Amino acid sequence: MIIRRQPELRYSDVTPKSVYLNRRRFLGAASAAALGSLAGPYSAFAAPTKLNAAKTQAPFSVTDKETPLATVTNYNNFYEFGTDKPDPGRNAPKWHVPDPWTVRIEGAGAGKPQTLDLNAIMKIAPLEERIYRHRCVERWSIIVPWIGFSLSALLKLAEPNGNAKYVAFQSYYDPKVMLSQGEAGIRFPYVEGLRMDEAMNSLAMLVVGLYGETLPNQNGAPFRLVVPWKYGFKSIKSINKISLVEKEPPTTWNIANAREYGFYSNVNPEVDHPRWSQATEERLGELARRKTLKFNGYGDQVAGMYAFMDLRKNY
Amino acid sequence: MTIANILSSKWAKVVLFLACAIPFMRLSLPVLAALNAVPDSVANAISRSSFFVTIGPNPVEFITHYTGDWTLRLLLITLTVTPLRNLLNRPQLTRFRRMLGLFAFFYAILHLATWAWLDKQFDLSEMWKDIMKRWYITVGMAALLGMTPLAITSTAGWVRRMGFKRWQKLHRLVYFCAAAGVIHYYLLVKSDIRLPVMYGAMLTVLLAYRVIKHVRSPRRVVTRRAPAPVG
Repeated sequence: MIIRRQPELRYSDVTPKSVYLNRRRFLGAASAAALGSLAGPYSAFAAPTKLNAAKTQAPFSVTDKETPLATVTNYNNFYEFGTDKPDPGRNAPKWHVPDPWTVRIEGAGAGKPQTLDLNAIMKIAPLEERIYRHRCVERWSIIVPWIGFSLSALLKLAEPNGNAKYVAFQSYYDPKVMLSQGEAGIRFPYVEGLRMDEAMNSLAMLVVGLYGETLPNQNGAPFRLVVPWKYGFKSIKSINKISLVEKEPPTTWNIANAREYGFYSNVNPEVDHPRWSQATEERLGELARRKTLKFNGYGDQVAGMYAFMDLRKNY
Repeated sequence: MTIANILSSKWAKVVLFLACAIPFMRLSLPVLAALNAVPDSVANAISRSSFFVTIGPNPVEFITHYTGDWTLRLLLITLTVTPLRNLLNRPQLTRFRRMLGLFAFFYAILHLATWAWLDKQFDLSEMWKDIMKRWYITVGMAALLGMTPLAITSTAGWVRRMGFKRWQKLHRLVYFCAAAGVIHYYLLVKSDIRLPVMYGAMLTVLLAYRVIKHVRSPRRVVTRRAPAPVG
């Protein structure tokens, strides 16, 4: 018997944008009409949906000028959808976010392991809008009005026990529509992690939207982590697995190059990346470079967690 | 009109000049727009036209990558001229080599200027620190330094002054420059090494051609000059 290998699906094989946009609109309208208020924002192929979120003050929101939406959605590092900055904005919208989207919370540290779907996640805590600084390890930064709530609210549901020393996160990965590991040069599925106290810090945010709507695919739909005092690659996108674990979990960029990307990766102008200085940054949309702030300006909220650590060694 | 005629005509050089200048033309107006040096109406027209590049929200990064990319491409194209000339038996192709090499140098200078001006704001001590500390910058700078005497001595006058043999010896420095340029690129990418590896493979083929040709060259066998015929 001849078993033929299925030809690999590429971006070009995916339904054209106009078609699926129409389908989304149709389904969105149909489900809204049929289910009324019962349908959450993630009914089948939901089009970008408005989210109601309470505005927040400092330290949860900065007063810096927000980066335009077009920049936030067209200048991305999301290697699953291409390694050039404009790639995710072009390729990710063609990705059908699986529906239903379930997230497994498990691990030795989880007193109550469980599987949640998106509608359940949306109801864990009231949605807040937080305007955070976001600083990439590559020296660019943006200001984004994220929508979500503190990650701690989700973790508490799993009733962390004494074994919960770290939290490990994993991204969704589908080689049929995403780059291969060989092409991107990093391990997939993308994995990240935080120490438990970092994860429970109220600034660590579980994000379901930005600029008043659900997350665009290229920004990590349907939901992601945002850790504003760390370099952007710590803020893992499109999460489908969370584990409460005892040991420091492996993280994708650390596996790729341990000397350049540490587990902590706190924003720190005093500790250079081996190939470039981290003292300044390019705020997208501005011409002159800005000085980078230690812990990205969130020192009052987070510096205490690292009081006894050598930040040069634990970069 | 034969191919030889076309290749020897002065128009061929004009066309090549314009072709090599296209990447610069595609970049120049959008850069002026990014620097707010043109009126909004012009900036809008530029952004709508598909001829011009889209610089995006990080101009320094874009201009640096764009000029660096074209430097490497033109270096590789320059190194293709000689093998192509030999394989196709088209000696006229040699007349295009200098212009291609000079354009590679031109984009390399733009690349350096972008770094020195937009990234380092001409802070000489910062620049020096970077050159000493960061391997990819050290190697890139070495490539550019190597290209400089080649650009200066590219004229017919210099060939005459130096003598063809010595001139040719000096200009073999381009092999080093191209290799250093590719290594510079390889050292700076984060993880997706496909493009630098591809450039590296192309350069390997181009250099291997020269090594093979050199080894097989009949002149190499005859090391001593044959005695002059007595007569």
